[in-house]
Amino acid sequence: MNGALDVGLRLLVVFVVFLTFPLIVGQTEHKVMAHMQGRLGPMYAGGFHGWAQLVADGVKFAQKEDVVPAGADRRIFQLAPAVALLPYLLVLLAIPIGPSEGAVGQVVDAGIFFVLAVMGVGVLGSLMAGWASANKFSLLGGLRTAAQLLAYELPMLLAAASVAMAAGTVSLPGIVDAFRWWWLPWQIIGALVFFIAGLAELQRPPFDMPVADSEIIFGAYTEYTGLRFALFLLAEYAGIVVLCGLTTVLFLGGWHGPWGADGLGWLWTLLKTAILAFVVIWLRVTYPRLREDQLQKLSWTLLVPLSLAQIALTGIVKVVIS
Amino acid sequence: MPDPTAVAVMAETGSAGTAGNVIAAGYFHSYSVVGLLAAVGVLFVAVAFGAGRLLRPVVPTPEKLLTYECGVDPVGEGWAHTQVRYYVYAFLYVIFAVDSIFLFPWATVFAAPGYGAATLVEMFIFLGFLAVGLLYAYKKGVLTWT
Repeated sequence: MNGALDVGLRLLVVFVVFLTFPLIVGQTEHKVMAHMQGRLGPMYAGGFHGWAQLVADGVKFAQKEDVVPAGADRRIFQLAPAVALLPYLLVLLAIPIGPSEGAVGQVVDAGIFFVLAVMGVGVLGSLMAGWASANKFSLLGGLRTAAQLLAYELPMLLAAASVAMAAGTVSLPGIVDAFRWWWLPWQIIGALVFFIAGLAELQRPPFDMPVADSEIIFGAYTEYTGLRFALFLLAEYAGIVVLCGLTTVLFLGGWHGPWGADGLGWLWTLLKTAILAFVVIWLRVTYPRLREDQLQKLSWTLLVPLSLAQIALTGIVKVVIS
Repeated sequence: MPDPTAVAVMAETGSAGTAGNVIAAGYFHSYSVVGLLAAVGVLFVAVAFGAGRLLRPVVPTPEKLLTYECGVDPVGEGWAHTQVRYYVYAFLYVIFAVDSIFLFPWATVFAAPGYGAATLVEMFIFLGFLAVGLLYAYKKGVLTWT
């Protein structure tokens, strides 16, 4: 009975994090982007610096009519947002934020493997949306999404494999336990490759060709309105939380900080994740969108060779020191 | 819930019967929690869609149900024929990704005592194969867009 309560509580916490953290990132994006561009951003909703802007957006989305185009593949069209969103919920469960058993939703022993596999499923939602909309622009967006996944899943996988080699385990808490500060310079190439590939997989600028609004309207999400559109947006921001959390856990040492991992270790994890989320927003404001061929080229001719080099480096160092 | 036959199989293949059983139970426990969370997620989406149905207006008109193509009435079919130019990438991806999967089990043991140099050589052979494959694709012009 106690065990059931424990599991229930964990699921509740993960679920609450899943619903709130993406909104915090979204609101931060509103404000940070605005200030970087010399604007104020939302100021009215909620009174204090527009803190309730996304709540207001949510209320608006819930009241909007849900239009399914007459020519669309109705069931697939309606199901797609759920397929895009739910994988990130499952990934959150496996990300540890502190050293103790209580600071992770559930220890999955093949952690990296599980996390990468499940994250890949989210892209399927965009693909379903693009195909089911019966809209040429949506179809183009969906195909671009697929191409992007093909190009960037591989460097991401290889970079993650490098960390697994360094730690000698594929469990996420095990990797953070094995972390030492000098892993930071040792794995820096892998970290950059992982983060960039993750950005591309989330279709965040500068890798947002699948939703390029000036070329293909809004890609796979063109025909969506109301709640279903909101779920796609939520998926994007949940993806940011997941990517930053994973980068923190795999490459930045998670709960390790300058003053040891005791007590406030989870705060380090959250802080690093927040800083990475800020970088994601910063990149969006800084860089223009890549062209589709530049995107493919970047992955196959730069990121994949770099990640292979990182694996070689990791292997040599690991064998030499052990 | 763990499938009893699967647990039995796990227990038989484990080094000791009881130890295998414990490992199997832990293994299935973690994934049953994942399954439970998936159920929570599905419930959340179902409730959201159900509540949305009660809240929102439904006034479809033929114009609304047209697909949106820059404000002009859509021409031809939505499921148009498109030239999927990067299908070669798809092959590359499948080959490479399937290969890379084998890195993970190997990564956990390659530096264990008694392996060391031999596995390192193996690793370079493996990386060499991947690199040559990539180089071949590059030479063939697969990685340049037309």
